[in-house]
Amino acid sequence: MFGMDIKTVYLMIPLAPLAGAILAGLLGKKIGRSGSHWVTILGVAVSFILSIGVFIDVHENGNTYNGEVYKWAVSGGIPLSIGFLIDQLTSVMLVVVTFVSLMVHIYTIGYMHEDPGYQRFFSYIALFTFSMLMLVMSNNFLQLFFGWEAVGLVSYLLIGFWYTRDTAIYANLKAFLVNRVGDFGFLLGIAAIYMYFGTLDYSAVFAIAPSHMETTMQIIPGMDWSLMTVICILLFIGAMGKSAQVPLHVWLPDSMEGPTPISALIHAATMVTAGIFMVARMSPLYELSTTALSVVLVIGATTALFMGLIGIVQNDIKRVVAYSTLSQLGYMTVALGSSAYAAGIFHLATHAFFKALLFLGAGSVIIAMHHEQDMRKMGGLMKYMPITGVTAWIGTLALVGFPGLSGFFSKDGIVESVYYSKLWGADYAFLCVTAGILVTSFYSFRLLYMTFHGKPRMDKHTEEHLKESPLVVTVPLVLLAIPSIFIGAILVEPMLFANFFGDSIMVLPAHDVLAELKEDWDGVGPFIAHGLTAAPFLLTMTGWVLAWLLYSRFTHLPEKIAQRAGLLYRALENKYWIDEIYFATFANGARAIGRGLWKIGDVRIIDGLIVNGSAWVVGRVSAWIRTIQSGYVYHYAFAMIIGLFLLLTLFLKR
Amino acid sequence: MTFTHALFYLFGGILLFAAAMVVTIRHPVKSALFLVLAFFSAACLWVMMEAEFLGIALVLVYVGAVMVLFLFVVMMLDVDLAKMREGFGEYLPMGGIVAVLLVLEMVIVLSSDMFSPQNMPVPLEHAADYSNTHALGMLIYTAYVYPFEIAAVILLVAIVAAITLTLRARRKHIKYQNPSEQIKVRREDRVRLVQMKSEKRS
Amino acid sequence: MIPLHEVLILAAILFAISIMGIFLNRKNVVILLMAIELMLLSVNMNFIAFSYYLGDMAGQVFVFFILTVAAAESAIGLAILIVLFRNRRTINVDDLDALKG
Repeated sequence: MFGMDIKTVYLMIPLAPLAGAILAGLLGKKIGRSGSHWVTILGVAVSFILSIGVFIDVHENGNTYNGEVYKWAVSGGIPLSIGFLIDQLTSVMLVVVTFVSLMVHIYTIGYMHEDPGYQRFFSYIALFTFSMLMLVMSNNFLQLFFGWEAVGLVSYLLIGFWYTRDTAIYANLKAFLVNRVGDFGFLLGIAAIYMYFGTLDYSAVFAIAPSHMETTMQIIPGMDWSLMTVICILLFIGAMGKSAQVPLHVWLPDSMEGPTPISALIHAATMVTAGIFMVARMSPLYELSTTALSVVLVIGATTALFMGLIGIVQNDIKRVVAYSTLSQLGYMTVALGSSAYAAGIFHLATHAFFKALLFLGAGSVIIAMHHEQDMRKMGGLMKYMPITGVTAWIGTLALVGFPGLSGFFSKDGIVESVYYSKLWGADYAFLCVTAGILVTSFYSFRLLYMTFHGKPRMDKHTEEHLKESPLVVTVPLVLLAIPSIFIGAILVEPMLFANFFGDSIMVLPAHDVLAELKEDWDGVGPFIAHGLTAAPFLLTMTGWVLAWLLYSRFTHLPEKIAQRAGLLYRALENKYWIDEIYFATFANGARAIGRGLWKIGDVRIIDGLIVNGSAWVVGRVSAWIRTIQSGYVYHYAFAMIIGLFLLLTLFLKR
Repeated sequence: MTFTHALFYLFGGILLFAAAMVVTIRHPVKSALFLVLAFFSAACLWVMMEAEFLGIALVLVYVGAVMVLFLFVVMMLDVDLAKMREGFGEYLPMGGIVAVLLVLEMVIVLSSDMFSPQNMPVPLEHAADYSNTHALGMLIYTAYVYPFEIAAVILLVAIVAAITLTLRARRKHIKYQNPSEQIKVRREDRVRLVQMKSEKRS
Repeated sequence: MIPLHEVLILAAILFAISIMGIFLNRKNVVILLMAIELMLLSVNMNFIAFSYYLGDMAGQVFVFFILTVAAAESAIGLAILIVLFRNRRTINVDDLDALKG
C-alpha cells in the first residue's frame, strides 16, 4: 500500500502522532503555537489516511496481520514484546480513533485559541492518539496494559489541564483513583492469564482457553471458582473502570472539568470505549463463561438506565452529555453481555461520531457563551449559531435513534439482541434498555430545547456578543455530522449480519443472538419502515413530546414537578448519593487508616521504636564500649596480637 | 650440617641479635644502626635463597635510603633522651610473655609435617647463567605491569605527601593578619583624598 | 640446603621480637616505626622462603611490592612524625591519645 511495506505502514500509524506529540511537547516554545498545531495535525492526518488504507486493505483484500515488531525482554522464557494485531476489529477502531482525533485536533485550534497552554494541549492529545492506537493495535496483554495505562495517564493530565482550578485537580485525582480500582482488577486478570496460560499473546491465549473451560481455582479455600469466570470478571473490572460502568462510573461526570475537546475525544469517543473494545477483543474468553457474560449484561443495563436518569436533572450542558455518554456506554456493555459483540462495536463506532459531535457542539455553545455552561442561562441560540444548532440537532436525532440515522441502527441492534438473549439477567437488561430509550430521548431533547430554543435567558452583555463559532470549529462539526447521519445505514448490514469481523470476534452458536436477528432482516429500507412503527420509536417520540411540553411549552412545569417528586428528584440530583457514600467509606476510611498508620505505625513503631529505639540502644552500648578506646597505639596493637593468637590457635586445632 | 646451613645460622643469629638490640637499646641512633645491621643480614639470607635482586634492593633501598632517613629524623628531633629511658623495664615481662607465647605457637605450627623437609619439593638448582633479575624483570614488566605502575604512583604520592606535610615555608600569596600593623594604622594609610574636576555630561 | 621450617621459625622469632618492641617502647614513636619495618622484613622473609622452595617467582614480585609500599609508608610516617613533633614538642606515645573515645 502506498508503495510501502505493510509493516512500515502499521508502524507509522501510531508513531506519526507520537512524533507530533514529542515535537509539540518538547519544542513547543521553538515552533510556536501554529507550529505545534501543524505538526500534531499532520501526524494525526497521516495516521488517519493510513488507517483508511489499512481498513480497505483488511476488508477488500483480507490482509490481516499478527506479528511481533520489537522484543522488549524475555522473562522466565516468556517474551515480553511489542506486536501488532491488525484485523477487522482493529481496523474499525483505527478509523474511528484517528478520524475523531483529527476532528478534535482541528476543532481545538478554535477552542483553545486563547489558552496559554496551547502547545501542551496539542502535545497531550497527540500523545493520547498514540496511546490509544497502541492499545487497539496490540497483539498481547502487556502492550494492551501499556496502552490502557497510557491513555489513563493522558486522561489524568487533560482533566487537570487547567491545573490552577481546584475542581479540576480534584476531578483528575478522582478519575485517577477510580481508574486504579479498575486497573487493579485488570492487572489481576492479566496475571491470572499469565499464571494459568503461561503466555500473554492473544492468539496463544485464545487457542489454549477452551481447554481451561472446566478448570477451577480456589481464591478462598474451599470455594471452587471457574477459572474463565474469574479471569473474565477481573478483566471486566478493568473495563468498568475505563468505560465508567456502575459502580466505577463516578469519575466520568467530573472529568468534564477538562477542556471540551478532551471530553469529546477521550471521555466520549475513544478512551472510554477502550473497555468495550477490550471485551470484544477478548470475546473468545468471554464466550467460555456465561456467568461473566451475565455480570457484564446486568452492569451494562444498570448503567444504561440509571445514568440516563441522572442526565434528566443536570443543568450543566456538558454534564448532560456526560451522563448521556455513561448511558450509551451502558448500551454497548449490554450488547457485549448478550454476545452481540458486533453490535457493541457498531454502536461504539456510531456513538463515537455523534457523541463527539454533541460534545463539540456543546463546546461551540460554551465558546459563544463565554465559558458559561449552565443551560438555565441559555436559550434561543438557534438564530445566533445556525450551524452549531443544526449539527446539534443531527447529533441528538442520531443519539435518540431516530429511524434512518446512525444511532437508530446500532441501538436497535442492541435492543433486539438483548431481546433474543437467553442469559440470566437478560429480562432485566431488556427492561432497562427499553426504558433507557425514553430517558435518552427526554434528556437529549431537553438539552436542545433549553439551549437552542425558547426565550434567551442570558444577560444583555453576553447576548450582544453571541455569534457563530469560527470555521475551525464548525468544519469539524459538519464533518462529524455527515457520518452521524449515514454511517449507520452503510455499515449496519455488513457489520451486524455479514461476516464483517471475520475471526476477530468469536461467538458460540448457542449465544449467537445476531444470527437470530438476521432471520428477520431484509434490508435497510424495510428496517427503517419497521422502525417507524416499533415500540422503541414510540418511546423516543414520547420522550420528545414530553421534553417539548416541559421545556418549550410549559416552562414553569419542571420546577413544580421537581418539588412534587421530592425524594426521587433529590436522589437524581445527588446522583444517588454514590459520591457521598464513596467519600464516607473509601475516602474517609482510607484517611482513617492512614492516620492510624501514621500515629501508631509511623510515629510510635517506626520512628519511636525502630529508628529512635535503635539509635538509643547504639548510644547506650557505645557509651559503655567507648571506655575500651584508650587512644593508645599499643593497646590497639595488643588487640591485633590477641586476634593473631586466636587465629594461630585455630590453626593448631585443625 | 652443610656449609650453607651453617651460614644460615650465622646470618640468622646476627639478624635476631640485631633485631633484639633495635627494640631494647635506649639510644635511638644506635637502634637505627642496629636496624641497618638487621637488614643487611636479612639481605644476606635472601641472597642465599636465590633472591639476589631483592637482597641487593634491600641493601640499596633500605640501608641506603630509608635508614638514612630514619637517622636524619632521629638526629633532627630534639628529644630528651633521659626522659625516654623512664619506665623502660616496666612492660618487659608483659611484652616478653607475649613474644614467647607467639614464638611457641608458631614453632608448634611450623614444626608440623606440612612444612617438614620431607614434604617439601627440593628447590630447583639453577644453572650458572641464570639471572634472578632477568626473571623478575620478565615477570614485573609483563604479567604485573599494572600493579607495577600503581606501585610507582604510590611512591610518587608518598613523595608529594611527605613534602606537603613537612613544608613550612610561608608562601608570598598567603594572606595573614599582623595585629601590630593593624593597630598602628593611621588615616593617611587608608584614605587618599583626590581632587578632580567633575566629568562633563556627554 | 636450608630447611624451610627453620627459615619460617626465624621469621616468626623476628616477628615476635618486633611485637615485643612495640610493647616495650612507649616513649618513642621512631622505635615503633622501626619495629614495624622489622615486622615487614619477617613477612618478606616468609615470602622469599616459599618462593625459593616452591620455585614460584610470584613471591618475589610480591616482596618487591611490599618493599615499595613499606618505603612509602616509612616516608609518610616520618613526615607525620616531624609534623607531630613540631606541633606537640614530643614523640612520646603516652602523650598521643587524641583518639580516646
